[in-house]
Amino acid sequence: MKANCWQGKRNMQVEEVPDPKILNSGDAIVRITSTAICGSDLHLYNGFVPSMEAGDIVGHEFMGEVMEVGKGVKNLKVGDRVVVPFPISCGNCFFCSRQMHSLCENSNPNAWMAEKLWGHSPAGLFGYSHLLGGFAGGQAEYARVPFADVGPIKIENGFTDEQVLFLSDIFPTGYMAAEACDIQPGDTIAVWGCGPVGLFAIKSAFLLGAARVIAIDRFPERLRMAREKCGAEVINYMDADVLETLKEATGGRGPDACIDAVGMESHAAGMMYAYDRAKQAMMLESDRPIALREAIIACRNGGTVSVAGVYGGLIDKVPFGSLMNRAITIKTGQTHVQRYLKPLLARIENGEIDPSFVVTHRMKLNEAPQAYDMFLNKEDECIKVVLKP
Amino acid sequence: MATISGTLQSIKTPNVDRLAKGLGWFSIGLGVTEVIAPGAIGKITGTRKHSVIRAYGIREIAAGIGILAAKQPGPWLWSRVAGDVMDLASIGKAASGSNRRRKGNAFSAAAVAGVTALDVWCAKKLSADANGASQYNARAEASMVVNKSPEECYAFYRDFEHLPTFMDHLESVEVTGDRTSHWVASLPKGIRMHWDAEIVSDVRNEHIAWRTLPGADVPQTGSVEFQPAPGGRGTIVRVSMDYEHPVGAVGRAFTTMIGKEPEQLLRKELRRFKQAVETGEVIRTEGQPAGRRNSTTWMDSLAR
Repeated sequence: MKANCWQGKRNMQVEEVPDPKILNSGDAIVRITSTAICGSDLHLYNGFVPSMEAGDIVGHEFMGEVMEVGKGVKNLKVGDRVVVPFPISCGNCFFCSRQMHSLCENSNPNAWMAEKLWGHSPAGLFGYSHLLGGFAGGQAEYARVPFADVGPIKIENGFTDEQVLFLSDIFPTGYMAAEACDIQPGDTIAVWGCGPVGLFAIKSAFLLGAARVIAIDRFPERLRMAREKCGAEVINYMDADVLETLKEATGGRGPDACIDAVGMESHAAGMMYAYDRAKQAMMLESDRPIALREAIIACRNGGTVSVAGVYGGLIDKVPFGSLMNRAITIKTGQTHVQRYLKPLLARIENGEIDPSFVVTHRMKLNEAPQAYDMFLNKEDECIKVVLKP
Repeated sequence: MATISGTLQSIKTPNVDRLAKGLGWFSIGLGVTEVIAPGAIGKITGTRKHSVIRAYGIREIAAGIGILAAKQPGPWLWSRVAGDVMDLASIGKAASGSNRRRKGNAFSAAAVAGVTALDVWCAKKLSADANGASQYNARAEASMVVNKSPEECYAFYRDFEHLPTFMDHLESVEVTGDRTSHWVASLPKGIRMHWDAEIVSDVRNEHIAWRTLPGADVPQTGSVEFQPAPGGRGTIVRVSMDYEHPVGAVGRAFTTMIGKEPEQLLRKELRRFKQAVETGEVIRTEGQPAGRRNSTTWMDSLAR
């Protein structure tokens, strides 16, 4: 089959690789009909995620048709149309039984490595480094899906791929980030980053009862989408002082909750970006937490900072004194996608949201390398790419 | 190796090594006093002969240095016990004579008797530890919470033929008798090891302990405990092993297999045990597609 392989920093190649096989009795093989490039794939592309190896098949947002099931699979049969969540979860462990699927204790065969870096290991993920299991990803023609009874959700109605594909990651990710804000009627929520996760966070914040959402980015097309498709007020951080503008917009109090939908490769206008870029280059910090710092400082007293953006290692100069003295709650985590599949599919069915609004580019799997470049450089107002095998 | 159970242990019983050190310093302090000021000591103990007290002082200093400097302070503590007996005899002799300081005498006797008791306890404990440790030169422990009952965990483990499913280096375990089994392991570089083991203790749903029979490449004794986790949260499975690290080519292959920290190997095995018990099998990626010759990488081999 064809698969998009990471061959080094800024080097993706679509290659001919063997077809996947059933390796555990709970596996299913899915023929992929649509797969997307996630903003977090750009962290792999830019070489910021440790423990990638040349030849790794990437991709963790995919859906398709079940071609084969292992002898232990009970809930799926050949021919089922499924969306596959990006975390791999066993469904039986302490965390799965508490619906914290991205912390599954049994799905990362390389847990030892994650324990060395982070103290404890989270779940294994599709196509996202050896630290997180070394599983082949879904930017391919076929994928092996472990624990197929636990993860994939069957799609039994006439929705198009693009309407349901994002249940695999970005819709639940934006939703979980908004849910973590414990939104009360009248709340104002600020969202850093108007990429797909930020856009879904904005939509979800409104679904959960926010009165106002203020979105922050620098790309006009993303700010336009946040305003026009999602109903947010917007700040372009290249033109305005974000902290001042947020203060002014909230009568000096600050947003009730702040969502960081940016993560480890944050940008900023001015010195702060140069400072973090330099520290990162000298390996004095692994991640640039510019948006996170701003979100903490901006947040109102007693508010919540919800972190959906991906971080990998160590960050520098986090205003912890501000956090502590002002009783701010930090909520974060890889998304417990399995927990959100049914309720969010129901919201799609009820017509509360049509996730396909984020798609700006449709390309062939063969064109994945060009798609990565385009997405990285935000060429042609690229926000979300869907690849068709 | 520091473990919580080890720490708790040391809270319950006095730390022997620390006590031995204390006794060593006490010996030196007392010895120096006896050498420098035999008169003062004589007054307290009721002994008049300064030369005897000085000689005892030198004996105390020697014992003290021995305890503090020796790797195995056990014998030096026994020398202290012998000294204590001499001290008690001298005090007794002084008391039976025409001595008027009987009160001080009784006090000295009680103090020396107390110290003697400590010396004996400490010496016995250290000798026991030394005998226990002399058989094996390495130890490893690891534990993991498993979301199943102690009954289920015990049952899976007790069927030794299950072990190769989560101990990757084991080729086979064959049950050869009521309490005996034959083990075959393959090590890196094509080296194979065979050994026979016997169960030395087996308490249903609680623990299993084993040891190798004579002739094993890696003589060892080990145990696995199944302890109910608080609040009905499954079972804490705890494995500990004492073993004799082999030498030569087998030793080198063994080192490659277990890595620098033998606990890591136990932990990785326990993680696979947990996967097998909780989900029915060990999760694999070997055999998956990749854009390179091998489906997995050196990192996966290192981490598993």
